[in-house]
Amino acid sequence: MNKVEHTIPGEVKGSVDKMMPHESAAKHVSGTATYIDDIPEPAGLLHAYLGLTEIAYGRLDALDLEAIKHSDGVVGVLTAADVIGENDISPTHRHDEPVFVEKEISFHGQVLFAVVAETRDAARRAAQKAQVIYSKKDAAIDVLDAVERDYPLVTEPLTLKRGDAAAALEKGTNRIKGRITIGGQDHFYLEGQIALAIPGEDDQMEVWSSTQHPSEIQHMVANVLGVTAAAITCNVRRMGGGFGGKETQGNQFAVIAALAARKFGQAVKLRPDRDDDMIITGKRHDCVGDYDVAFDDEGVIEALDAVFYSRCGYSADLSGPVTDRTLFHTDNCYYIPDVHLRSQPLKTNTVSNTAFRGFGGPQGVMASERIIEEIAYAVGKDTLDIRKANFYAKDRDITPYHQTVEDNIILQLVEELEKTSDYQARRKEVLAFNEHSRIMRKGIALTPVKFGISFTATWMNQAGALVHIYQDGSVHLNHGGTEMGQGLNLKVAQVVADALQVDLDQIQVTTTTTGKVPNTSPTAASSGSDLNAMAALDACNQIKARLVDFAVDHFGVPGDQVIFLPGHVQVGDELLPFANFIKQAYFARTHLSAAGYYKTPKVHWDRATGKGRPFYYFAYGASVCEVTIDRLTGEYTVDRVDILHDVGKSLNPMIDVGQIEGGFIQGMGWLTTEELWWDEQGQLRTHAPSTYKIPLASDMPREFNVALANWSENRENTIKRSKAVGEPPLMLASSVVEALSMAVASVADYKECPRLDTPVTPERVLMACERLGAV
Amino acid sequence: MKDAVRRNIRFLLNDEEVVLDDISSSQMLLDFLRSGKRLTGTKEGCNEGDCGACTVLVGRLKNGELQYEGVNACICFLGMLDGTHVVSVEYLSATGALHPIQQAMVDFHASQCGFCTPGIVMSLYALFLNTPSPSKTQIEQALQGNLCRCTGYAPIMRAAGNLADEFDAALDPILKNRDIITNRLNAFKNGARIELGDDTDRIIIPANADDFAGCLMENTNATIVSGATDVGLWVTKDMRAISPTFFVGHLDELNQINNDENGLTLGATVSYSDAWKALCDHHPAFNKLISRIGGAQVRNQGTIGGNIANGSPIGDMPPPLITLNATLTLRRGDERRTIPLEDFFMAYGKQNLLKGEFVESVTIPKVPANSHFAIYKISKRRDEDISALLGAFLVTLENDQVTNARIAFGGMAGIPKRAEIVGYALDDKPWTEDVVRAASQHFKEDFSPLTDWRASREYRLKTANNLLLRFYLETTGNLASPTHEAAE
Repeated sequence: MNKVEHTIPGEVKGSVDKMMPHESAAKHVSGTATYIDDIPEPAGLLHAYLGLTEIAYGRLDALDLEAIKHSDGVVGVLTAADVIGENDISPTHRHDEPVFVEKEISFHGQVLFAVVAETRDAARRAAQKAQVIYSKKDAAIDVLDAVERDYPLVTEPLTLKRGDAAAALEKGTNRIKGRITIGGQDHFYLEGQIALAIPGEDDQMEVWSSTQHPSEIQHMVANVLGVTAAAITCNVRRMGGGFGGKETQGNQFAVIAALAARKFGQAVKLRPDRDDDMIITGKRHDCVGDYDVAFDDEGVIEALDAVFYSRCGYSADLSGPVTDRTLFHTDNCYYIPDVHLRSQPLKTNTVSNTAFRGFGGPQGVMASERIIEEIAYAVGKDTLDIRKANFYAKDRDITPYHQTVEDNIILQLVEELEKTSDYQARRKEVLAFNEHSRIMRKGIALTPVKFGISFTATWMNQAGALVHIYQDGSVHLNHGGTEMGQGLNLKVAQVVADALQVDLDQIQVTTTTTGKVPNTSPTAASSGSDLNAMAALDACNQIKARLVDFAVDHFGVPGDQVIFLPGHVQVGDELLPFANFIKQAYFARTHLSAAGYYKTPKVHWDRATGKGRPFYYFAYGASVCEVTIDRLTGEYTVDRVDILHDVGKSLNPMIDVGQIEGGFIQGMGWLTTEELWWDEQGQLRTHAPSTYKIPLASDMPREFNVALANWSENRENTIKRSKAVGEPPLMLASSVVEALSMAVASVADYKECPRLDTPVTPERVLMACERLGAV
Repeated sequence: MKDAVRRNIRFLLNDEEVVLDDISSSQMLLDFLRSGKRLTGTKEGCNEGDCGACTVLVGRLKNGELQYEGVNACICFLGMLDGTHVVSVEYLSATGALHPIQQAMVDFHASQCGFCTPGIVMSLYALFLNTPSPSKTQIEQALQGNLCRCTGYAPIMRAAGNLADEFDAALDPILKNRDIITNRLNAFKNGARIELGDDTDRIIIPANADDFAGCLMENTNATIVSGATDVGLWVTKDMRAISPTFFVGHLDELNQINNDENGLTLGATVSYSDAWKALCDHHPAFNKLISRIGGAQVRNQGTIGGNIANGSPIGDMPPPLITLNATLTLRRGDERRTIPLEDFFMAYGKQNLLKGEFVESVTIPKVPANSHFAIYKISKRRDEDISALLGAFLVTLENDQVTNARIAFGGMAGIPKRAEIVGYALDDKPWTEDVVRAASQHFKEDFSPLTDWRASREYRLKTANNLLLRFYLETTGNLASPTHEAAE
C-alpha cells in the first residue's frame, strides 16, 4: 500500500465549480441520445392519434366514429366511455379537466377521442373521419371577453396587501393609472409531447413520458386506469426541452396511451404532430394588468394598486400558483410602501394555460418595469435613476407578501453592470444619435430582476435521490429530477463526484423513474439542482458515514483519520484507491446504497393572509439592451446586450452561462416575435413554426456579453452556496422592451411613455411611433 | 421506349446502396430514415420544413460535380432522391471519433436538450463543405432554417466561429469519399424514365424535359413536384393524396441559368440557392431578399418556378419579377407560349395555366438604365418567415422626373399585384418627397389587405405607404438601406 507522502492525488475530474459540457453532449451531437420516439419499438406496438373538437364552446350532440373503425389499419377507438377510473387529469384535483370530452366542449382543439391503429399514419388519417354534431355557444376567447361576459374564475384569486394603498394613492404626490397587455407564449420544445405505455402483469403499466413530473404521470395514469399508484411506473431519460410545458401537459398523452395499452393489451405510443401539440397544450398566461401608482417628485413610489386579469383557459391546471406568482413579482426589485395587488384568474374558452419558465413571474416583472417607465417619463428622468431610487434597501425591505428581503445585492449588481456596459456614455450617444436621425432611432435600457426561489406550494420543496456504490467502486446515481437540457444530471453528478471524491466518469446517472425515487416534485421552479443535488449529497453522506464506521472498525483508526481524497481514501497513514477500499467494505458487509432526502428549510406561506416566507432566497440579475428601430416599418435590430447575473457560487459556470444566454433569448422571443393569434371562432392560428416565430441565430443581439456575478455567494445554506438559474434570466429580456420603448419615445421627445404592449412586434413599434408623431 | 422504363429508385444512404421499388408518392425521407432504417439521429421537430431538426445532406451530381446541400428530410419525398447520396448524422462519427464540428459543439456547450443538435450539426457541415472560413453572417444564414429553443444560439455561433478553416480531407467522411461517391452516383444513371406504383398511387420520374412534357399530356391531373417545400406540406399537414406525381427536380433542361441580351432566364427548377448569385448579379437588391427566403434548407429545395407556379399571394419572388416586367415561358407538349408574369396570376388560387401545361422558365429583363430598384420584405421575424407584405419598387428617372414607376406587392391582395394607381400618380412627376407622399395616399385604392396573424390591415397599408417613402429617401441618399442585412 502507498504511503500518503508518496502519492498526492490531484483533483477529481468533473467536480463542482468546473466548466463541463452537458453529460450527454457527445450523444446529442452524434444523434445517439435516445428520446422516447427513438426507443426500439416493442413488438406489436400500436399507435394512437387524437381527434379534436372544432368549436370553442358548446355541447357534443353526436359523435359518429363508424367510418374511423372501418379505416385501414384501425384497431379501435377510445372515448370518454372507455375511461376505467376517473375521466379527469386536473393536476390540482378539481375535476375540471377531462381526458376526453363527455358533453361540454370547452375549447377549439379539445380531445374528443383517440384512434388506435397499427401505424401512426393510419391512426392519424382515420382520426379525420369523425362525424361530429355540435351545439355551439358564444365563446369568450380573451380575458377582456371574459370580463365583459362575467366569466367565472378558474381558481381562488389572491390578494397581497401591505399598508393602505387606497388612502396612500388618494394623497399621493403624483398619480398615474394605466394598462399593460402582456402576450402569452408557446413553449416550442423541439421534442413534442410523447408517451409510450407498455402493459405488464396484473395491473402494472410502464409509461415512458416526456415529462417534467414523472410522479404526477404515475398518479394520473393510476387514477384514470382505476388502479393503485404502485402498479404504475413512469420513466424519463431525457426530454427534448420542457420549459414548463411538460410539467402537467404530458398527462393527457400518457393516460390515453395507457388506456389504449390496457384496452388492447399491447404497447401503445402516442405522439401528436407539431400543430396538434401546439393546439392541445397550454401556454404561458397572457394577461391584462391595470395599475394605479402614486409617486413623489423624485420618482419614488408611494403606493400601488394593481389587478391582473389572466387568461387561464377552460380549467385551473396550474393557474392558481401561476397567477399568484405574477403578484409575487409585481414588486420586482422595488420597495412599495403601501400596496394592494389582486389576481383574477379568468376562465376563457381556450386551451388551459400552464407553467412556463418564470411561472407567472415574468408578467409581474413586465408590469413593474412599465410602472417604472411611466414614472420616469412623468418626472423626466432616465428610467435607471427611477429604478435605483426604488430598489429595496435597508429599512425598505419588506415585500408585498411580508417577506423581508435579506439577501439584497441588486444595487451592487446594477452599478457594476452600469460600469462594465458603459451605460451612461452609451446613453448619451443614443440621445445624440436620435437628435439627428429622422428615420432610424435608438434606445437603451438597463433593467434588473429579482426572482424568488422555492415552490410557493411549500410541500413541494422536497426531493429524493438514490446512490449505489458497486463493488468496483463505480457509482449509480438516480434522483427525482428530470433532465430536459438544463444540465441537472451533470450538476448532481458533479456534487456526487465532489462528495465521494471520485471522477465524474465513474458516476452513471440513470433514467429518472418513479420506481427508484418516489413522490417526487416536478423539475420546475428552477429548483432542480437545489433540491436533488442536496438529496444526492445526503445519500453520499449516509454511505460515507457507513464507510467511515467500516474503516474505524476494520483498520482500527479513529474516524477523523478516514479522509476521502480524489480517487482514494486515506485511512490513517495509508492511501487506498477508492475501488480497493470499496471492495474491502463490501467484504466486511457494508451497506453501499442509500436513499437521500432533502427538504428546503425556513419556507412557509399562508395564502389566506398573504403572509409568510414563500421563498428561501432570491436570485438577481440585470441586463442592458440597445436597439435600433425603423420608424417607417417598425422593424428593429437588437444591437447589443450586456448581462450580469447572480447564480451564487456556480456549480458549473458553463451550464449556468448557457441557462442565462438561452433564457434571455427565450424571453426576448416572448416579448418580441412570438405572437399567439386566435381567430374570432376561438381557433388558434399560430400553431406551427411557420406561423409562430421563435428567435433564430440571426436574432441574437449583434453583440452579446454575459457574465456571472462571481463575487456572489448564497447566504443560505444551499448546495455549495449556489443559486437556482433556470427561470430568472428569462426576465432579463425586459430590457429589450424598455430599449424599444425608449426608441419609440424619441418620436415625441421622450415626453410620453409609449406604453408598448407585448409582444413588441414590428407592427406594435410602428403603430406606437405613429401614435406619438408622424414621420 | 417502354423497355427504357425503370421500376425502382436507387440512391446511396451513407455507405449503403438503397434500391426501392415499392414506395408511395407521399413517402418522406424522414420516415424512411427513422422507421425504415432505424437511423433515429435525424429528428422530427415540426414536420413542415421550418425547424431543421431533420436536416440531412443530399449530394447530387450537378453538371458532373458532386454537390452536397442541407435538406429537410421531413418534406423530402423519397421520389426526389434517385441518383443522390443521402448523408445522415450517423455518417459523421461512423468511425467512432466525433467529427470536428461535433467536437466543437461539445467543447462550447452548444447543446442543451440535444433535440435540435443533429440538425444543427448537419447544417454547419453543409456550410463548411461549401464555404470554408465562413463569416458570422454566413454562419447565421446557414442556421436560418434551424430552431434551437435552449441555447439562444450563442454557444453554437461560438462553436462554428472557432472551427478550423478546413477539415482533414483524409478523415472527413464526405471529402475522403468524393471520387468514390461520384463514380457510384454516375453508375446509377441510365437515362431511363422511372415509373413506380399502379393506378392507385403512381410515381413518374421523367427521363428528360421532353419526356416530362409528353407524359404530362397523358396525366394532366398529376401533381408536379420539384423542391417539395410547398407540396410537401400538402402531404405532411393536410394528408392530401398527390398521385399521380411527377418528380422533376433533377431535370437538367429545367435547371439552367442563362444570361443574354433578353435578360436573365431561370429554368423552373432552379433553386433559390442556385439562383442566388445570378439574381444578385442581375441586381444587388435580390441579395437581401434571397437571404431572407426560408432557411438554407428551403432555399436548397425550393425553386423559383415552384414559387410562381403555385400562385401563392405571399410568394416572395413574383412582386420583384412583376416590377421588372418578367415573362414566363409555359410549355404544353411541344408548344410554348410566353406571357407577362403579371398576367399569370388571375385570381386567388387561379393561374393562367392550361391542362398539361407547365412553367418552363422565367425571364427577367435587365433593370432599365437611370432606374432605382428595391425590394422590401416585411415580416414579424426577420429571417425564415413568411412575408406580412413584400414590396418591390422600380422608378426610372430622367432629369429627376419619373418616366416610369412600377410597384408591386405581395401580401396585399389575393395575388401578387401591382400598385397601378400609385404608379400613375408618380408617372411624369418630379421625384420629390411631396410627390411621393401624395402618391402613397393611393395605396388604399390599389389594395384592400386583410387582417391575419401576420399583420393587421392597418399595418399593411401604413407600411406600404411608408415603404414608398423609404424607397424615395434611399434613392436620394438620405437614408441607408435597413441595417443588419446580409453581407455576401
